[in-house]
Amino acid sequence: MKKQASSAAVRPQNDTFEYLLRLGDDRLVLGHRTSEWCGHAPILEEDIALANVALDLVGQANLLLSAAATAENAGRDADALAFLRDELDYRSVLMVELPNGDFAFTIARQFLFGVYSMVQSEALQKSKHADLGGIAAKMFKETRYHVRHSGEWLLKLGDGTDESHRRLQDAINELWRYTGELFLTDDIERRAAEQGIGVDSSTLQAAWSAQVTEVLRRAGISTPEVTWMQRGGRVGQHTEQLGHMLAEMQTLQRQHPGASW
Amino acid sequence: MTSATSKVTRERLLAVLDTVMDPEVPVLSVVELGIIRDLEVQGDVVKVTVTPTYSGCPAMHVIEREIETALRNNGVASVEIATRHSPAWTTDWMPALAREKLRAYGIAPPGPAAHEAPIAIGRRRQAVRCPYCGSADTETRSEFGSTACKAIHVCRACEQPFEEFKAI
Repeated sequence: MKKQASSAAVRPQNDTFEYLLRLGDDRLVLGHRTSEWCGHAPILEEDIALANVALDLVGQANLLLSAAATAENAGRDADALAFLRDELDYRSVLMVELPNGDFAFTIARQFLFGVYSMVQSEALQKSKHADLGGIAAKMFKETRYHVRHSGEWLLKLGDGTDESHRRLQDAINELWRYTGELFLTDDIERRAAEQGIGVDSSTLQAAWSAQVTEVLRRAGISTPEVTWMQRGGRVGQHTEQLGHMLAEMQTLQRQHPGASW
Repeated sequence: MTSATSKVTRERLLAVLDTVMDPEVPVLSVVELGIIRDLEVQGDVVKVTVTPTYSGCPAMHVIEREIETALRNNGVASVEIATRHSPAWTTDWMPALAREKLRAYGIAPPGPAAHEAPIAIGRRRQAVRCPYCGSADTETRSEFGSTACKAIHVCRACEQPFEEFKAI
């Protein structure tokens, strides 16, 4: 067989598509993970809360991936992007694909990602992209509720029993090495920022740190010293966990292509 | 069609939409909910511009279908529904009468939406008034309720749990 050039080499770089894909994939993967709590949360109110948060995240992903599909202009829609891509083509950060762990781990991740999403969507409200500004305004409002929910829990768990405190501290220790990737920037993102479409993630770190450390301090949780930050999700280098998750998430469309409600 | 008849048609059709109820909150019409941002009559085609409430609200699909059905049942040959994301929907678009209908139905209406204020974590927020007895002696049970747009509270005065339409 004749060796073919990779599709990336053939296709011209489409910064808007790539940028929107990152935003959409982060929310789709976390939305799916969060939805795994449905029917399993420790109390009924939490089951409802996490299912609602998952619904918001998947809804945001749908809007972002629809915008990405329009930018790509290659005949794919949001469903094709969600259900017919393999993990190598996913551009989400590693943090969101990690298994849910215990309730403390889930809440800690919702909070760390939630604050990131809040500062990011606040900045993206000014995007010059036709749809992104409006989508970001909606995400900003929804994410404020998500952060209030996870933030309240951080205080309760940190200030609760010895066990809840230990579990939360363990979760933060484990997750911290995945926070660096949130603020990495590259040429795609810089160009998207220069065009007024996106924001440079490195500019979000100060606001994120201030809000996160303030709540962790009040929860009596220490921020770990981490010398090595994990990375790779933005270029498709994922942990083994994403493939397992996608296998479950995509099974219906893979087995019955085009199936709809 | 002259612009005068088009205007009459437009108002008649908006009145039709005012009979299309939110399936999750059946005392509010889609007009009262504030999601109908525009209605244009172009010959036989009626174009309705909708701004969705929550990104993942599953009721939006049903609402769009019901808007189309209602207009067709009132003589519109062709309906086009366009989605407008910007500006994002806010409960501030809900008129006072709609808020009163919510309260009468047992749902505490949304207060003013505060977009810019920092989020208060672990600090008491202003109590939501009980829609049944009017007491402000209430506490929040959950930030999320039976639908994305509601939170759950309980009234200490009349011991009644109730939902609040969240300000967003």
